[in-house]
Amino acid sequence: MSVKLTTRQVGDVTVVDAVGRITLGEGASTFREKVRELAGGGHKKMLLNLAEVSYIDSSGIGEMVSGFTTVANQGGQLKLLNLTKRVKDLLQITKLYTVFEVFDDEAAAVRSFA
Amino acid sequence: MEPRKVELLLDSTLDSVDTAEEAVMREAQELRFDEDDQHRIGMSVRECMVNAVVHGNRYNARKKVHVTIVRGADRLEIVIGDEGEGFDMNALPDPLANENLLRHSGRGLLLIQAFMDEFEMRAREPKGAEVKMVKYVPKAS
Repeated sequence: MSVKLTTRQVGDVTVVDAVGRITLGEGASTFREKVRELAGGGHKKMLLNLAEVSYIDSSGIGEMVSGFTTVANQGGQLKLLNLTKRVKDLLQITKLYTVFEVFDDEAAAVRSFA
Repeated sequence: MEPRKVELLLDSTLDSVDTAEEAVMREAQELRFDEDDQHRIGMSVRECMVNAVVHGNRYNARKKVHVTIVRGADRLEIVIGDEGEGFDMNALPDPLANENLLRHSGRGLLLIQAFMDEFEMRAREPKGAEVKMVKYVPKAS
């Protein structure tokens, strides 16, 4: 199974709910296209909900970093929500905890964009 | 448990990534690694296979990926080799350096080293690169 991405608006924050795997191939490219589409459409406050993401490999991490810079280059922010233990470990190992803002509570995450 | 050795000669395609992972996971399950360790082993194999197929053999249909899995009583050893040009690991950018944190790629080997107990990268004869990685079965407490 690749990744399925659905978006919803919470105020002016675009929440992207991801389900599945973000790995080399279809998963990573689906994610890349969605972030570019949203950033190109003027969505500057993006919250990526990873609660239902079972697996991310180094290509998926690379796409998340690219997404972060894509949104930042447009004057926006990409933040992360509901990381599983395994994804938290990946961010720890790769030191990306120092790059991404990470939240366990959606309301707090949404408020942080204000 | 009897030691067991499995050797695979795989095409330079992304399908081979799944094939190698499935073969390794069969042995990992026999050794009763817990779910987290199985995840770490599987991910290490996938990262290494992707490197071999994409960066080593560059999807070249004439080049193969060589996988050897050795299941011992208390360890699982996996060797994955390609037929590419080889490379100097020391020449790779440090993915943990602040100036490299936002790079798109270059984290695969870092993850393998974090997840496995032994990691060695070496030249493969006559050509290519080879990674040897080992995971020890945790001793029962």
